Amino acid sequence: MTITHHLGTETLMSFAAGALPGALAAVAGAHLAMCGRCRDELVWFERIGGALLDDLPPLALRQGTPQLPRTQPGAPPETGGLSGNAANPILRLAGQDFAGVAWRRIGIGLWQHPLPLPGTGVLQLIKAGPGATVPEHGHGGAELTLILRGALSDATGSYGQGDVADLDQEIEHTPVADRSQGCVCAVANEVPTRFRGWLARLLQPWHGL
Amino acid sequence: MLGAWVSFWAAPRPLAGMNLRAMSELLARIAQGSDAAAFHELYQSYGPRVKAYLVRRGADPATAEDLAQETLLAVWRRAALFSSTRGTASTWIFSIARNLWIDRLRKEVPWQELPPAHAEVTSPEPSPDAVLSENEVRIRVRAALTALPAEQQRVLELAYLQGLSHGEIAARLGVPLGTVKSRVRMAYQRLRAQVEDLK
Repeated sequence: MTITHHLGTETLMSFAAGALPGALAAVAGAHLAMCGRCRDELVWFERIGGALLDDLPPLALRQGTPQLPRTQPGAPPETGGLSGNAANPILRLAGQDFAGVAWRRIGIGLWQHPLPLPGTGVLQLIKAGPGATVPEHGHGGAELTLILRGALSDATGSYGQGDVADLDQEIEHTPVADRSQGCVCAVANEVPTRFRGWLARLLQPWHGL
Repeated sequence: MLGAWVSFWAAPRPLAGMNLRAMSELLARIAQGSDAAAFHELYQSYGPRVKAYLVRRGADPATAEDLAQETLLAVWRRAALFSSTRGTASTWIFSIARNLWIDRLRKEVPWQELPPAHAEVTSPEPSPDAVLSENEVRIRVRAALTALPAEQQRVLELAYLQGLSHGEIAARLGVPLGTVKSRVRMAYQRLRAQVEDLK
């Protein structure tokens, strides 16, 4: 898997700050799990967080150093909050090859599966058959698309497995799925997508957005 | 609170006794054996700062203290996974506190996990050189941060300490989203240039 499209500087910074809206953070987190280059970049932005933490005026603790658990340091990490990437619903579903996903048809050669999440934004899986076209749309906010299977292309380039399209709101595009393998991707929008054209408007209610 | 922040940026203070190299050494001691004394020292250094961070993120003081404790206990359990080549102790502790806060906000659903570089890679024996150079990087990052134009500092503050998205920052400051993004890019470029030029 050669990744050629990466997360933008602004997205990485917001992720490192813990400020990226939930849906976008889930997609960014899934890309980071696959992409060493973005993980290396992320460290730069976490350094900013570390520096800011060091310089915060400390707030006195009411209690002393807590009782230490009996487990030895270096024991297998516990789950809960700090669990591994399998906790990311996108990676979990991709790892199971999307078995059990209840796809809903939303157009010609197009299926959708919403991933409900607490937090802001809209997160969904989109499956596109070979050569299928996603109606032209613009964004009221940021959109992150991560290719999980197959490939996709639009005016901004070709995207293969692991690639992420980090688009901002000015961009309007008409992605087309690869002619032989189609595509499964995770799409996060800060705000619901706006489709253009009468057919797209007709599809909008089905899109569930 | 804002006043305190402004004065922080305006007048860089000494590190209030925080010796980053010593902190990495404490982590190494914890990793090598159950060194409760090292943990106590680490806890007393970072606990109050993590609590301050969480209060800025919007936690009430009691929750902030609980999560600060949870953060440092996670450090205790996971000290063997710390790699000084991927950031200082502060960088690591910041990312753990951030994740715990996000989990709390999102009703315990872990959407933003610990980055795998930290979570999965067991570090080799930390070499003194690596610790030193990371400490150097940290000093330069901090110098670069304090040298940034106020408007870029403000964007970083709103993102890192208040957890605002770029859209929310734009609304708060009354500037276009593109302006917020370009401030982020410029801040990053200056930071990167300053640290790497000096290598």
